[in-house]
Amino acid sequence: MIPDKRMTEEDVVATLADGMTIGIGGWASRRKPMSLVRAILRSPLKDLTIVSYGGPDIGLLCAAGKVRKAVYGFVSLDTIPLEPHFRIARQSGTVEAMELDEGMMLLGLQAAAWRVPFLPTRAGLGTDLLRVMPDIVTIRSPYPGPDGGMGEELVAMPAIELDVALIHMNRADQGGNGQFLGPDLYMDDLMAMAADRTYLSTERIVATEDLTAEGSFHTLRISRLMVTGVIEAPNGAHFTECLPDYGRDEAFQKEYAATASSPELWAAFKEKYLDVADEAEYQRVIGARS
Amino acid sequence: MTEATRDEVCVVAVAECFRGDGELLCNPIGVIPMIGGRLARETFEPYLVMTDGYAMFAANAMPVGVPGADVVVEAWNPYPQMFSVLWNGKRHVMMGASQMDRYGNQNFACIGDWHKPKAQLLGFRGAPGNTINHTTSYFIPNHSPKLFVDHVDVVCGVGYDRAAELGPVGSRFHEIRRVVTNLATMDFDSPDHRMRLRSVHPGVEVDQVVEATGFELVIDDTVTETRLPTDDELRLIRDVIDPNDTRKSEVRG
Repeated sequence: MIPDKRMTEEDVVATLADGMTIGIGGWASRRKPMSLVRAILRSPLKDLTIVSYGGPDIGLLCAAGKVRKAVYGFVSLDTIPLEPHFRIARQSGTVEAMELDEGMMLLGLQAAAWRVPFLPTRAGLGTDLLRVMPDIVTIRSPYPGPDGGMGEELVAMPAIELDVALIHMNRADQGGNGQFLGPDLYMDDLMAMAADRTYLSTERIVATEDLTAEGSFHTLRISRLMVTGVIEAPNGAHFTECLPDYGRDEAFQKEYAATASSPELWAAFKEKYLDVADEAEYQRVIGARS
Repeated sequence: MTEATRDEVCVVAVAECFRGDGELLCNPIGVIPMIGGRLARETFEPYLVMTDGYAMFAANAMPVGVPGADVVVEAWNPYPQMFSVLWNGKRHVMMGASQMDRYGNQNFACIGDWHKPKAQLLGFRGAPGNTINHTTSYFIPNHSPKLFVDHVDVVCGVGYDRAAELGPVGSRFHEIRRVVTNLATMDFDSPDHRMRLRSVHPGVEVDQVVEATGFELVIDDTVTETRLPTDDELRLIRDVIDPNDTRKSEVRG
């Protein structure tokens, strides 16, 4: 029997606490659980550690003063390569950073998902990554090296354990079986398994028996085993892309990015789009734009 | 066929970086790098594997800068799989740089102190994993002493001196093949792997390159000129791979 895990964005936020470590799925400005990010923006939550292949999720949360620490391989809006609000946060020193090689971040999430303390990798050797983040250390392999000598030295990428993961899927059932219909799952499955609790927002909740109506079984990569709550959020990834349901809202993204140039512009943007009653109100406001 | 312009010389210099790679993931990032990679595959390295810029390996000579161009998908390669490919080593990436030193240490993370940067740039992105796991080349469209510096602020991509410190085992997959700029092609074929001027592009003097480089390059007694595109290459660049001239936005003729 498929359990009923449906809830709202506000229900999710009520389970979160100051200082939590929250993983956010997607990649740059692609298939981000933005309706959940917006709910956090409306809340009094603070001092969060955000783990993300970063896009406007990190930028918005930094601009709103929600972030104590960001863990990322990059923070980009894709068509705008550098996230302007995140740049301000870094350059003014208001957020702590754990800046990783993209692959190291995958391994950190994988280690947490598999409940091991670290995974070894060559990535990071010889770079300044280990100099600026001395908490990441190397380990010597207990096995002979390729030359038969001493075991080789590798980076021990620590597990990135998450209190909560937030991911957005094209379709899901009420139990949290999630489906991606676009070209890439990104690391959403690892995020879900690296977290104590995962909240999955989706464009549309469908009956379990209809999950294969729009995509083959290969697209059913998130099992309800990994999911605590399901939130139906049509257009919930706006303004990031959510292929094939919709592309990125480039005009809105430009408007958002431009607000990094002055506190007044940001305040006006926040008042108009973010300080609204709920997600439904946000969707009405952006729907009235065009 | 009208004469080749500088951007087209750069495209061919990029293509030459991939000569001899055979059946390998050719993964150039940027406009001219992408055109150069595709040119290599359409001419002397037909078995190269290339992406569509997203999650697919595309078997056809997709034109760049043409939205909705047909893709002949030969494999699905989403990001998690891409990391497997690069850790497996069957890849030659071409990246950019904001700073680079004489040993090829590369920075595009930030300018200034990493803990509170003057300018936050891309972050480490994939540079640490790429440079230590497989062959890397670089394309720099703006050769200048601000970019080629004595010391980079943050080492993202591993250079030859750092690789040497790791020893023969730790550095066994490290190779920086070439650095192509708008003025010249460089490599590290010198006794201590310092950056060497390999060729200057037609119309560029050696002194120009020296002035535009913030450290001393290794310069042999005779410096050759970067080869010009053939007529067949020019036709492929102009008519097939980059019909909208997007390459000219990166390097001016």
